[in-house]
Amino acid sequence: MTQVNMTVNGKAVSGEVEGRTLLVQFLRENLGMTGTHVGCDTSQCGACVVHVNGEAVKSCTMLAAEAGGADVATIEGQAAPDGTLNTIQQAFQDHHGLQCGFCTPGMVMSAAALLKDNPKPSVEDVRHYLDGNICRCTGYHNIVKAIMAASGQDVSAIAAE
Amino acid sequence: MYNFDVEMPTTIADAVAALGREEAQPLSGGQTLIPTLKARLAAPSVLVSLHGIPEMKGVCKNDAGQVCIGGATTHATVAADAAADYPALASLAARIGDPAVRNRGTIGGSIANNDPSACYPAGVLASGATIVTNSREIAADDYFQGMFDTALEEGEIVTEVKFPVPEAAHYEKHLQPASRFPLVAVFVAKFADGVRVAVTGASENGVFRWTEAEEALSANFSADAVAGLKADGSEMISDLHGSGTYRAHLVGVMTKRAVAAMG
Amino acid sequence: MPKDHGIGASSKRREDVRFLTGEGNYTDDINVNGQAHVFFLRSDIAHGTLNSVDTSAAEGMPGVVKVFTGADFEAVGSVPCGWQVTDKHGEPMQEPRHPVLAHGKVRHVGEPIAAVVAETLEQARDAAEAIVVDITDLPAVVDMKEAVKADAPKVHDDLTSNLCYDWGFVEENKGAVDAAFEEAAHVTTLELVNNRLVANPMEPRVAVGDYARGTGDHTLYTTSQNPHVIRLLMGAFVLGIPEHKLRVVAPDVGGGFGTKIFHYQEEAFVTFAAKACNRAVKWTSSRSEAFMSDAHGRDHVTKIELALDKDNNFTALRTDTYANMGAYLSTFAPSVPTWLHGTLMAGNYKTPLIYVNVKAVFTNTVPVDAYRGAGRPEATYQLERLIDKCAHELKVDPIKLRRQNFVMEFPYATPVAVEYDTGDYVATMDKLEEMADIAGFQKRREASEAKGKLRGFGVNCYIEACGIAPSNLVGQLGARAGLFESCTVRVNATGGLVVMTGSHSHGQGHETSFSQVVADMIGIPEEMVEIVHGDTANTPMGMGTYGSRSLAVGGSAMVRATEKIIAKATKIASHLLEASESDVELKDGAFTVAGTDKSVAWGDVTLAAYVPHNYPLEEIEPGLEETAFYDPSNFTYPSGAYACEVELDPETGQVTVERFSAADDFGNIVNPMIVTGQVHGGLAQGIGQALLENCAYDSDGQLLSASYMDYAMPRASDLPFYDVDHSCQTPCTHNPLGVKGCGEAGAIGSPAAVVNAVLDAMRSGGKDVEHIDMPVSPNRVWEAMNG
Repeated sequence: MTQVNMTVNGKAVSGEVEGRTLLVQFLRENLGMTGTHVGCDTSQCGACVVHVNGEAVKSCTMLAAEAGGADVATIEGQAAPDGTLNTIQQAFQDHHGLQCGFCTPGMVMSAAALLKDNPKPSVEDVRHYLDGNICRCTGYHNIVKAIMAASGQDVSAIAAE
Repeated sequence: MYNFDVEMPTTIADAVAALGREEAQPLSGGQTLIPTLKARLAAPSVLVSLHGIPEMKGVCKNDAGQVCIGGATTHATVAADAAADYPALASLAARIGDPAVRNRGTIGGSIANNDPSACYPAGVLASGATIVTNSREIAADDYFQGMFDTALEEGEIVTEVKFPVPEAAHYEKHLQPASRFPLVAVFVAKFADGVRVAVTGASENGVFRWTEAEEALSANFSADAVAGLKADGSEMISDLHGSGTYRAHLVGVMTKRAVAAMG
Repeated sequence: MPKDHGIGASSKRREDVRFLTGEGNYTDDINVNGQAHVFFLRSDIAHGTLNSVDTSAAEGMPGVVKVFTGADFEAVGSVPCGWQVTDKHGEPMQEPRHPVLAHGKVRHVGEPIAAVVAETLEQARDAAEAIVVDITDLPAVVDMKEAVKADAPKVHDDLTSNLCYDWGFVEENKGAVDAAFEEAAHVTTLELVNNRLVANPMEPRVAVGDYARGTGDHTLYTTSQNPHVIRLLMGAFVLGIPEHKLRVVAPDVGGGFGTKIFHYQEEAFVTFAAKACNRAVKWTSSRSEAFMSDAHGRDHVTKIELALDKDNNFTALRTDTYANMGAYLSTFAPSVPTWLHGTLMAGNYKTPLIYVNVKAVFTNTVPVDAYRGAGRPEATYQLERLIDKCAHELKVDPIKLRRQNFVMEFPYATPVAVEYDTGDYVATMDKLEEMADIAGFQKRREASEAKGKLRGFGVNCYIEACGIAPSNLVGQLGARAGLFESCTVRVNATGGLVVMTGSHSHGQGHETSFSQVVADMIGIPEEMVEIVHGDTANTPMGMGTYGSRSLAVGGSAMVRATEKIIAKATKIASHLLEASESDVELKDGAFTVAGTDKSVAWGDVTLAAYVPHNYPLEEIEPGLEETAFYDPSNFTYPSGAYACEVELDPETGQVTVERFSAADDFGNIVNPMIVTGQVHGGLAQGIGQALLENCAYDSDGQLLSASYMDYAMPRASDLPFYDVDHSCQTPCTHNPLGVKGCGEAGAIGSPAAVVNAVLDAMRSGGKDVEHIDMPVSPNRVWEAMNG
């Protein structure tokens, strides 16, 4: 076991990990931050997406040790301290961009990464950006719509409700 | 996963030294290796992370006009930083996997693994790139030696890949719908002295050069020149997603489309 | 003007806030103090004799608590099947024993052979590798038609064959059906495969067993769509634990789609092991494990024939289906190809004579059971593909042929034993034709052709049966469970309500939509209503959520319980108002005396119920809490018409869905936003089945699509925006809300539309292909185009 230190949602944290401990295990098991989910073991579903030093990564495909010293952002840190949803979260609720909620943390974190790099994406941009985020409930319609809305673009032409 | 130690060297020399430990294995982006470890298909005792070695990161242009990419450079960085000097290669990098994978996966990791369906081997081979390791330089034509097999020796790591920049190039990919790896993809690079065509996803022997197409295109660089050509289907991968015959057909279609896209 | 609250409003979902902030409470988020972890050693061969399982080395490995094998479960019951089908000779189906851990034989890749409980999951897995399994390979049976041959290896040695049942429906009609075919002016025949699928909810299954030795209480936390059903099946049939000593909790569940209905061995294992080890035991499925342990769906091979008279009226329909059961009978597996499939074969059409034959077959594959739609997609797909083929043969417009044969009068008794109460198939088809812009199709086709692509258009009608009931009928059909639903409404002193429902929400948004109904009935804000579900300790015995039943059945129970609340509250109010009960009415959250300005607020009445100072104690009890159980008198019958437009790349065979229009009739609608979302999700799964998803085995019974590397899950870039409409509404006549159910329609109504569109595109490219099986992969299309 070795000690790993990092910053998670602005707060310094540390814990004892094995070499094989994944970042997602460190978040869920060491820190008890269960908002980040594990939906597959082949690095495809994206339920585990967090930001490491500002970039979206799959926390199930990164060792905790490799995140030593890094600045990690998770779903738990997205809303304002008083609980007010951020723009993306609010758009997901407004446009019914989630159903069971299991893929949602990864979707929100991927959407945040997309909009940081590409503030006014096209629908095609959004769809392709989500290649690494699988949702089984929504058929993606309302996820894409929510992300477009969160970018401040007019979504009235996309079928309502 | 079986347990292992993790070493985090900051220089190539330290990485090479760490790889001298018993059952040591390099860990680059980990986007293939970590899922492999999860399935307990590998049991290294030490993983040597190449992620924290500044001298292995970045994209630059050398005096010979080659685009030089550090072995630990992520796909996302290549997509952004090679866009001006080698747009076709940047475009290849920008279409590997998905954004989160591109933020971790590296060029060195990809070509060291030499997955028969990986994207980079096609770009490297078609470009006639030079693979630089901690101990030598290897021409792409000598480097790829079959499915998951390369010229790398035990403990040898890819520190840099040097790409001659072709006059024109294009990477055309048909996706395997589940993995999002190429079912078949073709990289066409047109140099002053000839055309190189590399195919990934198709062959049981991994990435290969389609010499018939190269000859045809070197003589007449047009989509029509390859329209009648048929790739040999006998050693093509045949699986749930496509027969060998279909893959052979796609090799032709992807090549034709790549050439057409190059105008 | 859309409503902004109550029934009919697109209220935003209250559950979203916790899901969007990482505060959901899924089963894997639950950790019990002192818990150990289990790893299951699973068979890597499809069929073999287990000679011995030597655990001695594993037992001494670091962190190991206890190692279990099949021998440890000899004294416990078989994992039960909840439905017994009677075959065409009047005999019960063949029903094999289903052990918690394999004993004597293994029968599919993924079957658990042994289980290691250890301090950590990795230690358990390390120790599992030290277990020595001596196994003799046996030939595997994978193909259903091979499996029923006389000399086929038997999956279960104690059964007479691999045939679970041979079901005829309606057997008495068979002669008349055959005669109608003799007299037909035209017969269309089609053979097709309904491809095996894996449900793949994004949350893999998890089970945590806990045991309190001091009290003898068991608790199971599990990813279930129906915790009471698990409690009954596992407690009564497997482990022998009375329900009052067993609590089953299904907290936030990350999608179900059917595959989380069933009672699985792993649930029984962790419950059993928690007692045996005297500590909590947790199992978290990996995705790879899910592929070989979650029940699969579909997997039918069918021959279907349609007879028509000279005027193109359907006169008879005959089907012959092989349905894969896998190696064991999963909880509701036998009902899927029979009562959920045969009864739907009339579709939207007035075909007077129908005969359905289904042979259910055991194979050395993962058990197959209900997956979104369950039987109804299989029925719809074959019928709607057949009609399209028929229209093409007769050179008539496929929409016209459908319209000509629509059921026009309701109620309508089908020749396959069900009675459609309401519907308007012309209205949904009219709506569809408008949405799909058929007039503009030719222009879009030309635009595609200008790019070197082909474009095709396909339609599909569907009828669905939701809220399967009534219990006394389904009992006669072989169900070993009731199919009622329950609800307890507890009104608190200050007026807020807690609604405890036997339904379960795993993405459907019940916490929002159920609140809308109760709030609307009383006339109070939705925020005053809390929905509780998923815990047998605090909800009445309920049957859970599947088959699009929640609002139609669970919602009806909720309405009944709320009506009882209102009735009692009205009595209290009339006392407070010193008025006759018949003069008092509840409106907008206040009780008023008709024709006066005398009123008393909802909160004053509820307070009086619990502080009964001024209260008719001699007439009514204090308190305000009521329970209702609701058993429907019939199924509900949602219906609709769907259209798909595809673009096809003739060089690669790649098909993309360019437009998808869905006109549904769901009866009355509580939350249009949620209903639309349900349709979207169903469409994605139906399009996924048609174009991408395929669970494939090789001839040795090895699973070829065993991870997301080979099982193609639809991604955002694979799918279009959908055009969804549910303005055609013929309310259900026999439930209080007039609702029908919307969860499965999308998955039922879409696959045939996609395939019909693909074949239309091919025809436009000069290739007249009779049929192409799903998934319509680029390879298959290319082969068909060049074959």
